[in-house]
This record gives sequence, structure tokens and C-alpha cells, in this order.
Amino acid sequence: MNTVIFRTIAPYLAALMLIFSVFVLLRGHNEPGGGFIAGLIGASAIAIYGIATGVNEVRRAIVFHPLALAGFGLFLSALSGFFSLFVNEPFLTGLWGSINLPDGTELALSTPMMFDIGVYFVVLGVLSSVALALEEDGSAN
Amino acid sequence: MASGVDHAIQPPPAMIEQATAVADWVLVWPVALPLIGAAALLMFRRQTAFQAPLAFMVLFALLVNAWILVDRVASDGPIAMTMGKWVPPFGISFTADLLSALLSGVAILVSIIVLAYAQGEVEPRDTRYGYHPLLLLLLAGVNGAFLTADIFNLYVWFEVMLIASFGLFILGGRKTQLDGAVKYGFINFLATTFFLIGIAYIYGLTGTLNMADIALRAGEIEFGPRITVTIIFVIAFAIKAAAFPLNSWLAASYHTPNASVSALFAGLLTKVGVYALIRILYVLLPATWSQTETLIAVIAGVTLVVAPLGAIAETNLRRALGFILVGGIGAMLAGLALSDPILNLPRGIFGATFYAIHSMLTMTALYLVAGLVERNTGELDTRRMGGIYETNSWLSILFLVLILAISGLPPFLGFWPKLVLIQAGVESTQYWLVAALLINAFLTTIAGSRLWAHIFWRSGHEGTGSETLNDRLHPLAGKAVSWGLVPVTVLTAIIFALGLYPAPLFDLGQGAAVDIITPDRYIDAVGLSPAEGGAP
Amino acid sequence: MEFALATLVGLFVATAVYLLLSRSMIRMLLGVAILGNAVNLLIFTVGRLTREVPPIVPPGESAPLEAVANPLPQALILTAIVIGFSMFAYLLVLAFRSYEELNADNTDTMRLAEPEDSPRPPLSY
Repeated sequence: MNTVIFRTIAPYLAALMLIFSVFVLLRGHNEPGGGFIAGLIGASAIAIYGIATGVNEVRRAIVFHPLALAGFGLFLSALSGFFSLFVNEPFLTGLWGSINLPDGTELALSTPMMFDIGVYFVVLGVLSSVALALEEDGSAN
Repeated sequence: MASGVDHAIQPPPAMIEQATAVADWVLVWPVALPLIGAAALLMFRRQTAFQAPLAFMVLFALLVNAWILVDRVASDGPIAMTMGKWVPPFGISFTADLLSALLSGVAILVSIIVLAYAQGEVEPRDTRYGYHPLLLLLLAGVNGAFLTADIFNLYVWFEVMLIASFGLFILGGRKTQLDGAVKYGFINFLATTFFLIGIAYIYGLTGTLNMADIALRAGEIEFGPRITVTIIFVIAFAIKAAAFPLNSWLAASYHTPNASVSALFAGLLTKVGVYALIRILYVLLPATWSQTETLIAVIAGVTLVVAPLGAIAETNLRRALGFILVGGIGAMLAGLALSDPILNLPRGIFGATFYAIHSMLTMTALYLVAGLVERNTGELDTRRMGGIYETNSWLSILFLVLILAISGLPPFLGFWPKLVLIQAGVESTQYWLVAALLINAFLTTIAGSRLWAHIFWRSGHEGTGSETLNDRLHPLAGKAVSWGLVPVTVLTAIIFALGLYPAPLFDLGQGAAVDIITPDRYIDAVGLSPAEGGAP
Repeated sequence: MEFALATLVGLFVATAVYLLLSRSMIRMLLGVAILGNAVNLLIFTVGRLTREVPPIVPPGESAPLEAVANPLPQALILTAIVIGFSMFAYLLVLAFRSYEELNADNTDTMRLAEPEDSPRPPLSY
């Protein structure tokens, strides 16, 4: 797997896949897509980058440990259920709101979106940590 | 169901109209709080100093919450909340009846003790690896399994529990742990797969996943499919609970991880299996009971008699405890077999509930003491322990109290559930199960007192003369006392106090059993009416 | 159609059981993967096979306009796939580690937790 072609193209491919994963994540709000498959795409990007450049390089590149990312995602998802506490609705009830930005566009925000972003990070974190552990030639942990 | 007959445009799907009181969130916190705590701890996994205090805070908050929940359910009956405001059979409901609330409360108490013990055992490396978040995640899974009223959601919580336990299992990375984890992993994977197959069938038969809804519709299922589903569930949960023919994975694996981890598993995991069995056989599929009763009774009887024999033969301390634990599962299953949802005999379920609470507390304490013994002697084998009474008499007394409690001797906690079970046996005239219960108590007493004599009372190793003292022993000191002996003593004190004054457990357990035998209030709390279905 | 799928599920389960009964961990892992797929297919089949219209509500509507496939089994399968996948990943890493550390792919040779030469029960007392 260590050909010049692959090593040259891998960073671009990984970057492209990461951007595409964000696109799929946000598209999932109204159309097919969503946090889970977006996370899978993102994790494959990280796995490809890891195959091309080695695990240590990836760990440096993503700054946070993948499991910390998964923790952040779980935190977001769990937190999204709590907003309904303040409006006397049951746990995890979807709430929608929008913010008018200064330039006139309307930014729609919702707790399901927050939940989905959380799912994205959980899947991304867990799967890339598994992938990196398997790529790591048995010196894991 | 899935017929797709009429999908003309209708107003948006039915949502619950009335507001949910903030007080109802008491039902959600036992799951949501440990989840969010686990997430926060995972995010800051390198800040090891911050892990334990936050985990303690979460657990103490949960304990207060559990107290409120039990109190409320005991006085007002079951409460429910359906997630996301959907109307019940469609949304995922969380429902607490007294059985769920009690077991969840005890699980939280046990986790606090184990967490305190772990502070003296878990190494900084394992803290970084994620001991604390995994413990909270495990607790979230256990509480979720106790509180959910949706059968697929129950499967999800089983898996959350399983994945957290996988992570905890291999902390420390000893070779025996890998060996144990392989067996634990594959067998438990099979059990949850069986559970999933059962869910698929029951969804195909009733078109619903809500437990209350299934309870209402299960009477309409034909005999053949119904008994098939029941047997699949029995297999799945018998593996989970480690009942006799399917119990060998427990003795093969539970002694390998850290003592704090195996204590947590022994306290919580098998009981979730028993709980699910009670919930499914009694609340969901009572119509099959006349067929399953004999099966459960045979499983219970054999488990009761065979398991303590294993404990007598075993020389590895924690493996011996594993066999005693399995014997306790037999007692709980005997409780299931001695009740009857059709003849309306709740006493057996009462005994099983009571025994489950007792077993959660006592088995955890026993495993923790075993961990201290192993740390003190540096040995796993009872033949090379010995003489601990000389150096650590307090530890010996704790072990003796716990062994007498698990054997079911009178002034201790274990006596009361056994008494209730035997009363139930006499009431339903299944005398051979009563005999099995008594034989179990007898054999467990022999196994336990032999363990005590070998490890604590005898002054040296096996084979050496009784005058030769085991001079490698030293009194426990430092962390082994403050984060070892103290939490175990607290837990033993709780067990001792409950043994002397079991009246509150009697009241609560009886209430829990009545709601299991006649689940009308449970179904009503979910928001479905018992009247409109074709329930038996 | 149901009959064909049910036969396929049976075939999958049979294969998975055969593989899981093997002593080799790699084969057991393959069995785990196939069993997971068998169950997913089973859930799909018991959800009744209807027309292949995906259950998506078009923009501006609040309910699907025509008869659609039953979305619930699909949600269940998705969840089961995710869980089965993480389970499989764990077992894979575990098998790899135990191959490295215990040098054992054959479960018969993994006797550390339950030693083959287990001592006889203690005789004293």
C-alpha cells in the first residue's frame, strides 16, 4: 500500500472525504444522509490517511484522541435531550429555533441537529480509534 | 402493522399534548446522568485527577435520585415517560415500577462502593484508558435495562452494558484476562443475538415493540409461535444470567479481570438477565406460563444443587465465588418458578426480587473481599493462602459475615429471601424445589466455611504443618485500608443492618411482586388501557 | 418472496453455526459476522415485505403520499448493524491481541483462565 501514487493522493482524498462527510451530515436533516453515515465516511478518511502516512502522523494531525472526540459526541447527543427540560416536555423532544444573522439570512437550529452532530462525532471517534488500533502493528496500548 | 393499506394524508402524527412535569425526569436521570458523565470523563480522559471526583458526584446525585424514585413509585404506583413526546406505542417509553426502581437503586449503591474500592486498585494507566467513563457507561446500560418499557430499547441497553463491560474486562491487559474476555465476549454476543431474534419474532407477531402493548396483545398469538418466542427468550436470558446448562462462561471468565471489575459484574450483570426474564415471562408472555413453568423449575433446581458443588471443588478463590453466584441465580429462578401469573401467586417473585437485591449487595462485597485477600497474599489459589486471620482479623470477620449471609443463615440478610422462597414453595406445593433450596443453603454453607477455614483460619499453606505460620503476610495498610477495607466495611455494614431490620425490603419487595403478577398499573402508567386489548 | 428470504436466513444461520462451532477464532469471527447479517435479514423479513418505495415524506407534506415500505424494521436493522459492527470490531481486536499475546488461534489451546491441570479439590477440613 505504500506506493508513491497512494501516498501523494491520500491527503487530498482524505480531505475530500472529510468535507463530503460534513456535507452528508448536514444534508441528513431533511434528506437521506445523517450523522451515522457521515461518521463512517469521516472515519474511512482517517483510516485511509493512516494507511498512507502511518498512525503517529494521523494522531498528530487530528490533535485530539479519537476517543475524546467520541466522548464529545456522546456529550453533545446526551445534552441535546436536556433542552426539553426547560419547556416541560419529555426527554429528547425535538425543539426548533432560528437565529437571524446580521446579513439577513436565517440560521435554523434544532436539537435533532445537535443530536446528529453528536452521533457523527461518536461514530467518527469510535471507528477511527478502532481503525488506528488495528493499523498500529500490534503495539497498541 | 406493516400492511401499508391506508396512508392518505393525515394530520401530523399524534403527539402527547399535556406538559411533562420536571419531577417526572426522576425517571430519566438514572440513564441520562451517567451517560453525560461518561461522555464528559471520556472527553477529558487525560485529566486523571478530575475523573474520580466527577464520577463520585454523578453517582451520589444518582443515589439521591434513586431514593426519590423508589419513594415516589412506592407511594404513587408506576410512573412512565415517553421520549420525544410521541404517543406511547410509537415512542420509546421509560417506565419504573417498584421492581425496576429498586434494582436500579441497588445497582447505583453497589457502583458507589465499587468505585470507592477501585480508587485503591485501578492503576493510573487504566484510569487514562477509561475506567471511570466505562463504569458510568455500564451503569447507564444497567439502569436503562431496568427502566425501559420498550423491548428493542432493552436490547440496546444490554449492548451498551456489554460494550462497557468488554472495555472494563481487559483493563490491565494480563494474559488470563484476554483468555477470559474471548469466552465472555463470544458467549455474550450469542446471548444478545438470541435476544434480537426473539425481538424480531415478537415484532412480527404483534407489530409492536412497546412492552405494555405486547403484554396486551400477546394473548392473541397462536400457541406454536408463542412458545417458540418464549423459549428463545429463555435461552438468551439464561445465558445472560448464567443458569445451569449455560453457566460455564461465568466460571471461565469472572475471575480474570481486576477485583473491582469482577465485583461490579457479579453484582449487576447477571441480575439484569434475571430481571429481563421476570419482565418477559411474567409481564409480556404470561399466557405461556403453564408451559415454561416446568422448564424454569428444572433449570432452577439443577442450578441450585450443582453450582455450590463447583464451589466446593474449586481452589481458585474468585472462581469458587463465581459458582456461589450461580447458585444464587438458581434461587432467583426458583422464585420465578414458584410464582404463578395465572393463579395469582406473587410470593415467589417477591422472593426472587428480595434475593436479587441481597445477591447484588453480598456478591459484590464478597468479590471485593476476595480482591483484598488476593492483594494481601499475592496468590489466587486458596491452597497457598492461609493465615490471614493472624494478620488481618477484621478482613476475616467481614468474609465470615458475608459467607454466612450468602449461605442464608438466620441473623443475616440472605436468610430472609430464602425464607420467603421456601414459604412460596410450600404455598404452591412444589416441595422438591423447597428441598433444592435447602440443599443449596447447606452446600453453600459447606463451600463458604471451607473457603473461610482454608484462607483465614488455617495458619499456613496446605501441606505445611499447622504450626508453620505464613510469614509473607502483613496487615493491610495505606490505600488498601482507606480505599479497600473501608468501602467493603461500609457495604458489609449495610448488609448486616438490612439483615437485622429487613422490614422495608419486605414491604417494597411485596409491592414489586404484586405489580409484576398483575401488571395493570404498569400498562396503565405507560398510557395504554388494559381494558381495550385482548390480554389474558 | 418471504419464503426465499426465510430460506436465506436459514442458510445464513446454518453457516454461522457451523463456523461458530469451529475451534479457530478466525472462523468464529466470520460466523459472528454472518450470524449478525442473518438476524438483520430476519428482522427485515418479519417486518413484512412491501413495495420498494422508500419511506420518505416529500417536502411540504406531513405524511407519505403513497404506500411505503415499513420504516421501523429498517430503523431496527440500522441499530442492530451499528451494534453488531462495534461488537465485531471489539472481538476482532480481541482475537488479534490474543493471537499476539497467547499465540493461540485455536480455542483448545487457550487454557490460561481454566488451567487444564486444575488441582484436585482441597482435602483438609
